[in-house]
Amino acid sequence: MIPASADLMRDVLFLPEAASRQARDIDALHFWVISATMLGALAVGLTALVFLVKYRRMGDRPRPTRFIALPVKYELAMAGLLLGLFLAWWFVGYRQMIALQRAPEGALEIYVTGKQWMWKFASADGPDTVGVLVVPAARPVRLLITARDVVHSFFVPALRVKQDAIPGRYTSLSFTIDRPGSFPVYCAEYCGLSHSRMWATLVALPPEEYQRWLEGAVPPAVGEAGGNADIAGGRLGEREAISIAQRGEQQAARYGCLACHTVDGQPHIGPTWRGLFGSERVLVTGQRLVADAAYLTQSMMRPMEDLVAGYPPVMPTYQGQMEPADVAAIVEYIKSLRHDAGRAP
Amino acid sequence: MTPTTERHAGESYLGGERTLRSWLTTRDHKRIGLMFLIATSLFLFVGGLFALLLRLELLAPRETLMGPMTYNRMFTAHGVVMVWLFMIPAIPSGFGNFLLPLMIGANDVAFPRLNLASFYIYVAGAVVALFGLFMGGADTGWTFYVPYSAQTATAVVPVLIGVFILGWSSIVTGVNFIATVHTMRAKGLQWMQMPLFVWAIYGTSVIQVLATPVLGLVLLLIGMEHLFDWGIFDPRRGGDPVIFQHLFWFYSHPAVYIMVLPAMGVISEVVCAFSRKNPLSYQAIVIATVGITFFGFLAWGHHMFTAGMSTFAAGSFGILSMVVAIFSAIKVFTWTGTLYQGSISLKAPLLYVLAFLFLFVFGGMTGVAVATMSLDVHWHDTYFVVAHFHFIMVGGTLTAFLAAVHYWFPKVTGRNYPETWGVAMAVLVFIGFNVTFVPQFLLGNLGMPRRYYDYPESMQWLHVISTGGSWLLGIALLTTVLYLAWSLRHGAVATDNPWHSAGFEWRTASPPPPYNFPGSPALHRGAYDYTGQEPPEGPAALP
Repeated sequence: MIPASADLMRDVLFLPEAASRQARDIDALHFWVISATMLGALAVGLTALVFLVKYRRMGDRPRPTRFIALPVKYELAMAGLLLGLFLAWWFVGYRQMIALQRAPEGALEIYVTGKQWMWKFASADGPDTVGVLVVPAARPVRLLITARDVVHSFFVPALRVKQDAIPGRYTSLSFTIDRPGSFPVYCAEYCGLSHSRMWATLVALPPEEYQRWLEGAVPPAVGEAGGNADIAGGRLGEREAISIAQRGEQQAARYGCLACHTVDGQPHIGPTWRGLFGSERVLVTGQRLVADAAYLTQSMMRPMEDLVAGYPPVMPTYQGQMEPADVAAIVEYIKSLRHDAGRAP
Repeated sequence: MTPTTERHAGESYLGGERTLRSWLTTRDHKRIGLMFLIATSLFLFVGGLFALLLRLELLAPRETLMGPMTYNRMFTAHGVVMVWLFMIPAIPSGFGNFLLPLMIGANDVAFPRLNLASFYIYVAGAVVALFGLFMGGADTGWTFYVPYSAQTATAVVPVLIGVFILGWSSIVTGVNFIATVHTMRAKGLQWMQMPLFVWAIYGTSVIQVLATPVLGLVLLLIGMEHLFDWGIFDPRRGGDPVIFQHLFWFYSHPAVYIMVLPAMGVISEVVCAFSRKNPLSYQAIVIATVGITFFGFLAWGHHMFTAGMSTFAAGSFGILSMVVAIFSAIKVFTWTGTLYQGSISLKAPLLYVLAFLFLFVFGGMTGVAVATMSLDVHWHDTYFVVAHFHFIMVGGTLTAFLAAVHYWFPKVTGRNYPETWGVAMAVLVFIGFNVTFVPQFLLGNLGMPRRYYDYPESMQWLHVISTGGSWLLGIALLTTVLYLAWSLRHGAVATDNPWHSAGFEWRTASPPPPYNFPGSPALHRGAYDYTGQEPPEGPAALP
């Protein structure tokens, strides 16, 4: 399809601009399928209408009609032809689906966390952000997506991509945006009260501007996007891509956590982190609970609330001092230290 | 026996005992069917009212009529009421009950008491579910996705219990109909001579019996998760939310065919009666009905292409979904071809069939489009999908339901509806429907996610058109109820077979006597045999 007619089709069908090659490929299949759909419905409707007029009953007395039975083999032949058409769509769609799932070499990895009702973004070498995802244009990007509470879905209409964010799982999504621009992001899986406002902006910057963003500048496109770009916190000097757990390790060192908590199983001033995640804790009150993400987060923010028996109550609060992405990274790090960490994803 | 002597008061199923008690304790499948029809129609209006209010809220971005919490509860109520209180029982339990025994020459269903029990189970389920929707205000959507449904502060459990109970009504009716078709056919009536509506109801019943228990199971599990905090689906406790989606759609996709197969049965009957033709291929429709029943169970994964399933799994579900679509295509081809060389009488029921053909092909083909994996990634959970399934559910099933209401109105009530009004409202339904739902396809393309109470301003004018269309549709349906209600008392008294149909259900009086046929039914002439001259005195004079 030549570009001009593709743009016309996009206008007719109210499709937003297509910001990646993948999106344009998907649109081409879209035009083919939807044209066949409209033609099919029209053909059936018109044929019925023609029969209706041609064979309409004259007067109120019904007349006998001929017994006409099409042998089943003709019906099956018709069905076979149609199935051939459907399978052609399937074939193209399947190849596109594989392309959507496969991350290109050297893709920039960005962690996406959905929670009620915001999108958070963290990458190894850029600032953490909420509500604005900043990526370089013309470079493959791979999003690693999860959720903190309920199922969400990360949807970028301009890229024709969508991926559910599922708590307890990481899913991924890859794309290469071909030119700078700002594109809306929506949550597409119903997630409660403010589902319809769980929006974000995807900002694709020219390479040189992206470099400046990494170095601490705030390009106008990011500022206009209106999210809470968190420039101050969570900066790391390292340039190589690291996992969230590795980031958590660095943050734990930076915030001084490891002064009191060991990671080798030895109790110190505070409990060790090895095997902590998912274990049962006995509190000073005698109550028992499981150390899950919620408990760990609470212990960082309100350490005096659920004290574990056998340790001095000396932990300071980190409320307001840690960025949410760092809290998540440290929880991920503690999670990676559980005894069965090698087996679970 | 002439039709006039047959229609003495007291001889039809409506006559005889007229007390409320006689209705509430009846074992007559026709009375039970009629009670189902009245109850489900009532819920169609409750669900429709919700739809109108939802559309009104969407007239403008941000809060126009209600806050997000009310909106979320209302679309949940709209979905639950429409799916479980109208769509699933309306044609099978309503028209199926009324017509199945008549169409196989039986005097009732196999288990008349169980049939009545099914109605009361339905009423009980409806009461509990409505209590949950209004008092507890569940806000999960009709899909109850975990972990949200396990965490929401609203009371989900009463709705789950209500739907669980409704499932039993569905199962019980299914078992009853299967037994009826197997054991109660009139002497000499072979399987391949049964009316196509009976085949459709039979396939539906099989799905109801096999799929509904899975729904019951999954509803129990999430009820327990909600009540006792068990970690079945909750990832924090080692559960898996995606397993819930698989189990839910394992029921809810076949449930689509519970809603669509009976509608197809109606279309087969109406298209033959009004074109005075045998179906272009009876066998093809039977094969397609059985095919949909079987393959309908294997396509559920296409609801989850973006839930992180493997590309291979997505591809497999994609192919299986297309196979199901092929069976529907065979039917459409056959219905259209049936009109060829017919003697076509363009009455309201056939107009609805014409609307059905167009809308169902469009809806079905967009179904193939969303089964094409890479396309679905963009459309999933957007208004495109909303428009697609409303084309099937409203454009398909509701349209067929209205065709059935008009076609069998004289059969059920013994009176005719005013044809002019019928034709006018059929046209208005078609227009209103398209104005409502075509813009929703475009909204989906634009990226409007479903279950949004608020949206970007650039999407507004398509929403305005859609809301306008919903009013047209509302007016058309309300008018239909009014003229049908008027006809109950003031409609012209119908002859026994006003459409000159060859269908078996017309070979007795309209309305039929309590045990359907005076003596053994005359089913020698086929249900679609229009090759002979119509006898002037109607069906009773048939050999």
